Amino acid sequence: MKKLPQQLVLFIYAAIIILPFSMVLFATFKTTPELYKNPLGMPESWSFANYQDLFLKESMVTYFMNSVIVTGVSVVCIIFFASLIAYAIIRMPKKAGLALFGFFVVGMMVPTQVNMIPIYLLVNKLGMLDTLRGVIFVSIGFLIPIAVFILTGFMKTLPDGLIEAAKIDGASEWQTYLRVVMPLSLPSVATVVIFAFVIVWNDLLYPLLLLKSSEVKTLPIALLDFQGQYLTNYPMIFAGVIIASIPMIVAYVFLQRYFVAGMTAGSVKG
Amino acid sequence: MQSNNNVERVGGARVASPYVASTAKKRKKKWNWALFFFVLPGFIIYSVFFAGPTVAALFLSFTDWNGIAPTFNYVGFSNYTNMLTDDPIFVQSLGNNLKFTLGVLIFQTVLSLFFAMLLVKNTKANIFYRAVYFFPTIVASVSVAFVWTFMYDPNIGVINNILSAVGLESLAKSWLGDRNIAIYSLAFVQFWAHTGQMLIIFVAGLHAIPKELYEAAEIEGASKWQTFKSITWPLLAPSATIVVAYTTIQSFKAFDLVIAMTGGGPSYATEILSTFLYHEAFINFRFGYASAAAVIFMIIIAIVTVLQFRLLKSNDVKF
Repeated sequence: MKKLPQQLVLFIYAAIIILPFSMVLFATFKTTPELYKNPLGMPESWSFANYQDLFLKESMVTYFMNSVIVTGVSVVCIIFFASLIAYAIIRMPKKAGLALFGFFVVGMMVPTQVNMIPIYLLVNKLGMLDTLRGVIFVSIGFLIPIAVFILTGFMKTLPDGLIEAAKIDGASEWQTYLRVVMPLSLPSVATVVIFAFVIVWNDLLYPLLLLKSSEVKTLPIALLDFQGQYLTNYPMIFAGVIIASIPMIVAYVFLQRYFVAGMTAGSVKG
Repeated sequence: MQSNNNVERVGGARVASPYVASTAKKRKKKWNWALFFFVLPGFIIYSVFFAGPTVAALFLSFTDWNGIAPTFNYVGFSNYTNMLTDDPIFVQSLGNNLKFTLGVLIFQTVLSLFFAMLLVKNTKANIFYRAVYFFPTIVASVSVAFVWTFMYDPNIGVINNILSAVGLESLAKSWLGDRNIAIYSLAFVQFWAHTGQMLIIFVAGLHAIPKELYEAAEIEGASKWQTFKSITWPLLAPSATIVVAYTTIQSFKAFDLVIAMTGGGPSYATEILSTFLYHEAFINFRFGYASAAAVIFMIIIAIVTVLQFRLLKSNDVKF
């Protein structure tokens, strides 16, 4: 059993983390004057008026679906392309594999803000400005390095004999990848899925840069616009925050172990 | 039989099977053209949408392009020299970035280590606390930013209200409006959002330390502080290196928080490198100049990353 002062410290810090979130959740059921009068406490009544207003005044469903599409397509492509690359790296002659690994992994050092100007120009040139496609391609491009890094690291630890055995049984590279290596790599795939999911779902920079019209906005960028639009109508803004966070919270509650692994594996990249 | 896969018994003598011989030969892997197609899609997207633009940023940094004009001139290193010698806003951004990063680094590293040591055992209560502390990490920084913009609000905000409720009105401030403290108010939010993440890295590091070492220390009658100083700390060095480097890099990139909370204001008091180059590029349309800032930014991050790998290598503790 811990000593009392330790218990107290842990409890206080937990309160510092939880209070702002409970404040936000309660606020979404309050009116603005009520929030100003009583910011931390429970709402007087559990009214869904703010959520209703938000869905009536804003195309929340569109924003939500845009986020789902961008995140879903990006994550699937990242996993597919990066795992193919990782497989090829462990299968090719050592020196070539190392060179290829280096080419991808060096991208982990580059902060996303560094190449935003050329990316903006490129996406504009390709006619993909203001399209979800543009954001998807860019997101895949910048997350492939970390995905290759994690997946190669894992696949390298698989015993060589397994792959050789598949070869001897006459399996092609594609079959070996799909039937032998991928099923065994599921733990690292889960790590990458979570990591990429959190980054793309929450990403502000690329949507801010590449999306302008409201039909293509993703949730973070829509939230940023609410701030300008509803100024001090915090209950409404907070309702948006809750809606944007729901998928993440649900996933976190059920897949907490993978989240911790995923976000810690990312400790090489932010 | 499964276990007989590698070695067959032939007339009592152990003979390597053809299978083993073939793996030994295949140690030297051969090119298979299928692998080329495996690499291709990812290679193209990464090259076109990430690696290429990075090189292009380097190229643009030597020009005076404004992003609209059809032509531009090569200006050599003048973007760099102007920025470093004659741009108070750039210098201020760099300074703000240092204040922000140092503030986060010190508090986040010390406190995450402190909490990790309290929560190292895998008891139910500890796992619950770790999950709670970790939680802000997964919430979008835009959302975190809004939560804290409200907490910090000088009139209706929670912090000033709490302060006046406990009779400390004198400490109430315009947390984001005061030039002198705004950057630290932002640093606190960054710290609040990511301490739980660093804690997890430390907990993993602590779990990797062999228990026998602690038992030995206890038998020797070492004090708690001695145990920490001569066992925990040296063996935790790799985790500490990761935490320090990660925190530094993450703080340099705190773009979302600044954009959503202060936009770099009041009067550039919270402008950091990443927002400086965003504003130079997309508000002032100085693409060449902003690219030079981007390259400087990249060099700083590269130095931190390389230092991290160096330290991790030399830190390889053997026991």
